[in-house]
Amino acid sequence: MIVINAKNISKTYNPDKVPVHALNHVNLEIKKGEFTAIVGPSGSGKSTLLNIIGGLDVPTEGTIELGGEDISKFSDNELIDFRLKHIGFVFQAYNLIPVLTAEENVEFIMLLQKQSEKDRKARTVELLTKVGLKDQMNRRPSELSGGQQQRVAVARALASKPEFILADEPTANLDSHSTATLLDMMANMNEKEGATFVFSTHDQRVIDKARRVITLEDGKIVSDEVR
Amino acid sequence: MLLLIAWRNIWRNKRRTLITLASIGFAVFFACIMQSMQLGSYERMIENAVRFYTGHIQVHEKGYWDDKTLDNSLEVTESLQTKLSGEADLSAYVPRIESFALASHGTLTKGVLVNGIDPIKETGLTDLQGKIVEGQYLSTPGDIMIGEGLSTYLKAAPGDTLVLISQGYHGANAAGKYRIVGTLKFPTQEMSAQAAYIMLSDAQYFFNMPNRATSLALLLDNSEAVPGVKADLTSKLDTAVYEVMDWKELMPELVQSIEIDYASGRIMLYVLYAIIAFGIFGTFLMMTNERQYEFGVMLSIGMKRRLMQGMLLLEIIMLAVLGVVMGIIAASPILAYFYLNPIHVGGEMAQAYEKMGMEPILPFSLAPEVFVNQAQVVLVMTILMAIYPLWIVGKLKVIKALRS
Repeated sequence: MIVINAKNISKTYNPDKVPVHALNHVNLEIKKGEFTAIVGPSGSGKSTLLNIIGGLDVPTEGTIELGGEDISKFSDNELIDFRLKHIGFVFQAYNLIPVLTAEENVEFIMLLQKQSEKDRKARTVELLTKVGLKDQMNRRPSELSGGQQQRVAVARALASKPEFILADEPTANLDSHSTATLLDMMANMNEKEGATFVFSTHDQRVIDKARRVITLEDGKIVSDEVR
Repeated sequence: MLLLIAWRNIWRNKRRTLITLASIGFAVFFACIMQSMQLGSYERMIENAVRFYTGHIQVHEKGYWDDKTLDNSLEVTESLQTKLSGEADLSAYVPRIESFALASHGTLTKGVLVNGIDPIKETGLTDLQGKIVEGQYLSTPGDIMIGEGLSTYLKAAPGDTLVLISQGYHGANAAGKYRIVGTLKFPTQEMSAQAAYIMLSDAQYFFNMPNRATSLALLLDNSEAVPGVKADLTSKLDTAVYEVMDWKELMPELVQSIEIDYASGRIMLYVLYAIIAFGIFGTFLMMTNERQYEFGVMLSIGMKRRLMQGMLLLEIIMLAVLGVVMGIIAASPILAYFYLNPIHVGGEMAQAYEKMGMEPILPFSLAPEVFVNQAQVVLVMTILMAIYPLWIVGKLKVIKALRS
């Protein structure tokens, strides 16, 4: 079942001055539960594509459907709501809320979703246990290592039980051990939670782990390999 | 949790928060001191004016205030006195007859303002006895006290006799002679040159108006009770016969001068607030700009803009409230001290105060509005300063913020 359907997506920055074509008529279909890596050199359009898929950016041309809904027509508020309900993000720089503890960071998403306190607490403990940080629940991001912070970020991304997890260079700031741990954990969660994972990455270790690798160059898909 | 995030956010940069709090606190502290002095001096000014002559409230025959003639005097009936005495906040009521007469001593004649008074009640309100500079206070029918200026003009001293000629109630002839028992010192030359005091019973006889008075001046326990007592009396007395006026109506020029002074004080305060406001605005801008990326992340994970603006507003309000509380806490003991121990002024200023019949002190007020006004102004100002940062958050582009 196709859950991400990008049709003829183009993105041009500075169209009136010096136009930069970040994406050029990209067509992409991703099925439910896929573990996909988008790779390519810097400036190839990986992050732009991921941002458009996640509703963080809008395409200059084309449409993007997530779970059958054309999000390119959504208003700003509708997009925020859609992201809250359906998408989990993992960023390169972890991007946890610095004033909240690991536990509160994970719980925060569920609070925005207005889940009951009981459900929130249970899900938080479950996820932090899964990412191996149950003992670090009360620590703030500044008291955690980069790898630990990224694991909290993954737990946060999964907290709302999203259908899509979008990760922009999630291992870029991690050492090899943390990268391996994080990848195993995400692969495991992909199998158990059934969420569709899409990464943008340069990291060969991530590429090796992916079951589908889409390569972008100059804003175009140049290869699409399913393993 | 929003409250928790907001609270923790303001302490992310402790030094900046403390500087912001200090600037808000300083503004409130300074404003409280200024306003306390202002209100304190107004309270004293009102109290002095009230005790100087008018009282807090006056009851007249209807129409007397616009046309001050004896024909507009009122009858001091038992019923009227009972109604006045029934007022809980009433300290005393002072009946008076005020009219003009021609006073002569030897070959000298001058127009005077004759005040028929109850000596004990009058001194209870205006401390008239304390104004005696020569002779003694009024105590016996047939006696008269006059201002120092009048005494000098008529070349009359205690022991001399003064003849008064006037027109009485309903055009009756009025003539009488009175023995000067004392001279009085007044802060204004006008009063000093015109004022003459005789017993109320003498005035009633002189003006041929038994059991009547031109006004009843009421002294209350405190000036806060004025609106209540006035409203009560207005409802109890027949307003077709009587008029009940408070000190604001009796002394509109005093109200006006207080309002003008208050307005100039407010302008100074607003200048102070404006300076502080720009400092606060700078802090808010920094708070907003350096967290654009964080706001971008919050938007991307699904936090609604309104919620984020609410969080930012909470942070701003917390800062303002903390600053206000700090300012009030710092100002309170100082104000309490000066309220109990007013600053005594010396030199020429003290003489000027005394000349006006005022104690030479700078009184402070602990009225709630000293604190409430500052809190309101700072909170409103802070919220106004917050509009721009909130607008920035409202317009923030997620992708731009994430790239910042």
